[in-house]
Amino acid sequence: MPLIRNGGWAHDEYTALTDQAPLAEGPVLVSLTRFHSERELLLARNQPLGVRLSSAQSPEDIGPGLHHLSLVALEFPTFRDGRGFSWARLLRARLGFLGEIRAVGHFLIDQLAFMERCGINAFDGDARITPEALAAARVEFRNVYQPAVDSRPTIGRLRAKAHPVDWKP
Amino acid sequence: MYRYDEFDARLVSERVEQFARQIERRLKGELSEDEFKPLRLMNGLYLQLHAYMLRVAIPYGTLSSRQLRMLAHVARRYDKGYGHFTTRQNIQYHWPRLIDVPDILRELASVQMHALQTSGNCIRNVTADQFAGAVADEIEDPRILAEIVRQWSSLHPEFSFLPRKFKIAVSGTPEDRAAVRFHDIGIEIIRSASGDTGYRIFVGGGMGRTPYLGLCIADFVARDDVLAYLEAILRVYNMEGRRDNIFKARIKILVNALGLEEMRARVRREFEEIRKEGSLNLPEHEHARIATYFAPPNFETLPDTCLEFETACARDGDFAAFSRHNLSRHRASGYAIVTISLKPTGGVPGDCSADQMDGLAQLMDAFGLAEIRVSHEQNLVLPHVRKKDLPALHDRLKALGLASPNSGLASDIICCPGLDYCDLANARSIPIAQELSRRFSDLARQEEIGELKIKMSGCINACGHHHAGHIGILGVDKKGVEFYQLQLGGSGAEDAAIAEIMGPAFAKDEIVDAVERVIAAYLNLRQPGERFLDCYRRLGLEPFKNVAYLEQLHAAY
Repeated sequence: MPLIRNGGWAHDEYTALTDQAPLAEGPVLVSLTRFHSERELLLARNQPLGVRLSSAQSPEDIGPGLHHLSLVALEFPTFRDGRGFSWARLLRARLGFLGEIRAVGHFLIDQLAFMERCGINAFDGDARITPEALAAARVEFRNVYQPAVDSRPTIGRLRAKAHPVDWKP
Repeated sequence: MYRYDEFDARLVSERVEQFARQIERRLKGELSEDEFKPLRLMNGLYLQLHAYMLRVAIPYGTLSSRQLRMLAHVARRYDKGYGHFTTRQNIQYHWPRLIDVPDILRELASVQMHALQTSGNCIRNVTADQFAGAVADEIEDPRILAEIVRQWSSLHPEFSFLPRKFKIAVSGTPEDRAAVRFHDIGIEIIRSASGDTGYRIFVGGGMGRTPYLGLCIADFVARDDVLAYLEAILRVYNMEGRRDNIFKARIKILVNALGLEEMRARVRREFEEIRKEGSLNLPEHEHARIATYFAPPNFETLPDTCLEFETACARDGDFAAFSRHNLSRHRASGYAIVTISLKPTGGVPGDCSADQMDGLAQLMDAFGLAEIRVSHEQNLVLPHVRKKDLPALHDRLKALGLASPNSGLASDIICCPGLDYCDLANARSIPIAQELSRRFSDLARQEEIGELKIKMSGCINACGHHHAGHIGILGVDKKGVEFYQLQLGGSGAEDAAIAEIMGPAFAKDEIVDAVERVIAAYLNLRQPGERFLDCYRRLGLEPFKNVAYLEQLHAAY
């Protein structure tokens, strides 16, 4: 599958494993169930490791070992299922996860900017999800009202800066 | 009223252009109809029975004359010369063409209006008391918070794909004209014992298939914490609300499944985390900046008794009747709040023609009235009118066909568009409302009946608020035939209650008679001065049920 990471096409070095498949060499991506049942073994390999969460699974369920992961993949079973936006924010803002957060499944280019604002930095979607589409999505709206996990200044901040006389921090 | 600065204006324009591109992609086949649907709904565009319908937001119900003229222009140029004001402070156009929609939105943006989030599974247009800034016992103008919430909720990166729609209403007085307990989140502005202004938050109210009254999840949220608290509620809902069944996806179902205590604990936990991050803290200067836009006009010092007004009341019976029912007490002496009823005898509740809108805009300019409001009861309101101007103002309203003296009376009916327009509807609602309005058109009769709120919906989704009607009517479909369920005892005010279903539904040609019999029973049973609602609360359903089904019983024997 084509993968976009940090804005451009990227090679997906992870092997996605089913729960029954034998452990492959190199970076692997496993389900939360497999991670829980083989946690010690998987972490001891000292290779890049990813966990894939269904849209019903909170990243808080990953438990100990989260910070040894290099990837958390969030499933979007349909673009209508917006739970992944909250999971991504929890991962970044609350759990302090610094690795890759990848959206996988069905989502639209109209959602990419929201996803980035929530902390998702890699996209594995359909043929319409391209670096060009992402670049266009990023500039569709110059400013934002809400603080999120990106560092974009909110409109409130910009107003305060534009009118410093009125602004009492 | 609020005026966009460069940031607000640019964001709305960017949204229009984004939507124009989304339409293009749909037309080129780059988006399936299944994918396009939620995107167009998030911009207020429905596909209905006969055509597209565009729902335009009137945030917290406030319009300038310039904006009202634009609504008239859109009605005339892109629609069939009228618009329909809804129960959520929106206006709907029922006949626009898809290819015209970007142009309509550009024209609306030129007067700082939009259709952002008037539909779809996102945070909807925020509503507020239509008497905001004009009533005496107001703790704070609810539009200040409503505008803050409008900005916070617009294109929210985390909450644009919720399990289901999400509605927020704000009231600034102990009297509730915004139906806060029938919203996903209802906010009542309160003052603490120590004199601080803050917010009481209700969660999980709603109508539809499973009506609930909102429950108080927080007694007092401080002003600077309010966005963090709302974000916490929305996050719990986004993470845990059901997505497997559209009928169980609203937050009311989640609150009911978890129980209020558990819901409160989960929200509290998110709230503490969000507060730790600190970035959603609402700075005092931003609240103050927005508050200045809603500062009341400079009221003249006027005596409360006004000779011109008293003389006109004595001389002109129509004016006296209008004054009895369509005026409300204003905070400033010598002023009145005027309700303009959009419920003429036999008319379509909430409809307003382009000519009427233009006429109202002219009237506003002539009398120096900066604002007009839209109420959830589908009427318009002029919030700050000098009493001495009332006789002349009434004459002009009369000429526009907008002087129906029936505010709060039996013919002031809330009614959704129903099966005449809406593809969700099971039955027509407009013809029933029209027939009721004709049946009760005699003013003396309506005055004898007194305050009565009849609310009617053409399907279970309850756009016509039938659950909150003193008398509620719900259209249902029985094997392709329209039937109407009667419900009694609801209220959307501070004494909020969900109406009780009476029994089997009535046929189309029986429902109006049944309502009439219920009202006749009330007139026989009431104590002096007792409203219909209070009489029902004292006596219960039984005496009304007996008379409502009387003729059917006779027919059966």
